[in-house]
This record gives sequence, C-alpha cells and structure tokens, in this order.
Amino acid sequence: MINPSAAPPSLAVVDLECIRGDNLLFAGLNFEIHVGQLVQIEGANGSGKTSLLRILAGLARPSAGEVLWRGLDIQRHRGVYCAEMVYLGHALGIKTELSAIENLKISLALAGVSADLDQLYDVLDRTGLRGREDLPTRKLSAGQKQRIALARMLVCPSALWIVDEPFTALDVDGVALMCRLLEEHVAKGAMAVLTSHQAVEVRADMVKVSLL
Amino acid sequence: MSGVSGAFWILLKRDLMLAFRHRGELANPLLFFLMIVTLFPLGVSPEPALLSRIAPGVIWIAALLAALFSLESLFRSDFDDGALEQMLLSPHPLPLLVLAKVLAHWLVSGLPMLLLAPLLGIFLAMSSSGIAALELTLAVGTPLLSLIGAIGVALTVGLRRGGVLLTLLIMPLYIPVLIFATNAVTAAAAGMPIAGQLYFLASLLALALSLAPLAIAAALRISVS
Repeated sequence: MINPSAAPPSLAVVDLECIRGDNLLFAGLNFEIHVGQLVQIEGANGSGKTSLLRILAGLARPSAGEVLWRGLDIQRHRGVYCAEMVYLGHALGIKTELSAIENLKISLALAGVSADLDQLYDVLDRTGLRGREDLPTRKLSAGQKQRIALARMLVCPSALWIVDEPFTALDVDGVALMCRLLEEHVAKGAMAVLTSHQAVEVRADMVKVSLL
Repeated sequence: MSGVSGAFWILLKRDLMLAFRHRGELANPLLFFLMIVTLFPLGVSPEPALLSRIAPGVIWIAALLAALFSLESLFRSDFDDGALEQMLLSPHPLPLLVLAKVLAHWLVSGLPMLLLAPLLGIFLAMSSSGIAALELTLAVGTPLLSLIGAIGVALTVGLRRGGVLLTLLIMPLYIPVLIFATNAVTAAAAGMPIAGQLYFLASLLALALSLAPLAIAAALRISVS
C-alpha cells in the first residue's frame, strides 16, 4: 500500500480520450490541477464536458489515457481517491422522501465522516435552508435541492470538488454563495473542477480547459 | 456512527424508511403473491387432494414471480436521482453497501412472504409437515432469490425497458432453486427426509451471499458508466 500522503494532492489528466457511440468527443487531453487551483471546463453543448467530469470522478472509464490522483491511477486506487473527492453531478443524489438532515446524515455515513447534528444545522443555515431542515425535500424547489447538495459538499471534507453545472438552478444569491464557497474551498488548499456556461467570478487561480 | 458498519446500517435504515414511506408499493408484491395462490383453487379445482399436491409448486412459483416483480425497483430510484452514483463514489467497499440494499429488499419483500406462506399452505390443504418444509425452503430460498435477482437488476438498471431482459436473465438462474425447494416440500409431505435438498439450497445461499455482492457491484459500475 502506497502512503497516500506521500505525494501532494494533485490531479493529472494524461492523454485522455472519450468516445461516445460513434463520436469522438475529445482525444489527447492533458492538464494538471494543483492545490489552490480552480479549473473551469468550457465547451459547447455535447462537447463532452459531463463525460469528462464523470471520467474524472471515476464513474466512467476513458477509452484511452488515465487520470492520476497524487500520481496514482484513480481506477486502481479508488478507495484513496474517493475518500478525498466529492462529486456533484446533474443528478443531485438527494432522496426526495427524506428531509435535508436525513439526506446529509446518509451522505456523511457513505463518505465515512462523522459530524454532530449542530454542525449539520449550521451548514444548512449557511446554504440558506434554515427552517426547512426537516421537511421532505420533495416539497422544496429545484434551487433548494441544489443547496442541499452544496451543504453535502461542505460537510464532507475533501481535497477535490468535481462539480457539473453548479449554477443551473440557483438564484442570484445562490450563485454568489456558490462562488464564495468555491473561493473558500480553493483558499483552504483544496482544488475544484467545474463546468459552467456562465462566466465564473471567483477570485482564485483559474485555469480554463476548452473542449472543442 | 462512522466506518463501514455505520454506512451499512444507515443504508439499510434508509431503504427501510423509504419502503415504509411508499406503503402502497410495499404491499404490491405481497398482494401479487397472495392473488396468484388464491386464484388456483378457483381456476383449477377446489378438490383438497389435488390442491395439496400442487401446493408446493404453486406457492413457490408465486413467490418467485413476486420476487422478480418487486426486484425491478431495487436500484431504479437510486439510479434516477443520482444516489447510486454517490454510493459508487463512497470509499467504503461497494459489495458491502449493495448487500445492505439487498438485505433491506429481502426484509420488505421476502420476509412478509415467509410470514404469509403458512396461511396459504392451510388454504391449499397442505399437511403440517409440508408447511414446515415450505417455511424452511422459503427461509433459505427467498434471500437467494433476492441476491441472484439483484445481479440481473444491476445489469439492466441502465436500460429503459429492462423488464423483459431481466426476466430472461434471471429465470434460468431461479430454476435450480425452484426445483430443489418444491422437491423438498413434496418429499416432506410424503414423509421423506429433506436434509439433502435443504443442504443444497443452503450451500447455494452461502455461495450467493459471498459472490453475488461482488457481481452486483461490478454490474452497477458497468451500468452507471
């Protein structure tokens, strides 16, 4: 077993290629992310942004190339990687029958993290869900559900956030909140990868990756 | 609570909670099971001698179909709302997490069938030794149905109309269970020993319990990617 703290946290994409059906989405993609960096992936609809993020998260396999976390292949060292990464995709992973608090508790247990109840209420307060913590989430709006997903990202300590279109359902305040959270996260010495059609106004070391 | 066992129990609790918040869906497979069995005396013949002879097969086939029917939704909602992706990205071993889901499924679908079966046995004029054997085979057999079925569900969850494919994939694997279980019940009703059949079912269960979670986990990773 290689000591995970041996190499500093960094994500490297090496010669990545993705084929969907008969379409070549991208090939020969190379980039690296280091501590304190924010990567924004740009590209038109259907250019493979979501496919790229799913590969980065380890949910899908690339047709060629590899993704390295701390220098180790993420498919082979899944446990190390998953303990340090949080992924938020189009599907939020929220059970609509359960309340925000119950959803958070489940996410924490799955991530292998323990937190007390006060902490969870604090995080939900921060993401603007005060007073709605115990409602079944199906009674909440799309934006509020997105905020629960943000709360999940906050309570699970991680070195890397992978976020797919985080701004879609959020209102103006929500977008500002998301930007602040990204700033704080990156300032803490972590890193983030996101896709967005909007210009992201975040004061951070921003790297842009374009997919054609 | 943290650690692997914490994740196992919270997932089990979550699935049970979700099941109880959809009570209608919970009752569906059970009603299905009840209906198939109760239709036989009406459709075939109410004669007790005939009923007691076909009872093991009827109850077991009904249990098998009800299991298949209830399994379809095992990973469906998790797949649709992204909870499955989050489960796959957990640092905990996936086979253990899926085992929690299968256990929850068995508790809400297999266990009620187990409780209902003696009643149906009396209804179909089975002897008491036959009913005892029926309970034993169902106790070993229904978890087996859940485990084997979950492999097929995991493989087909990504397909929009996976229902027919699921049946084709799973039915052949259910047949040995059906043969040994009904054979045991018939033998018991005739006063013969059934240890052999039970041991065979138990060994299948041990095999499925250790290998099926691995297969389900691998199938889920394929379905999600």
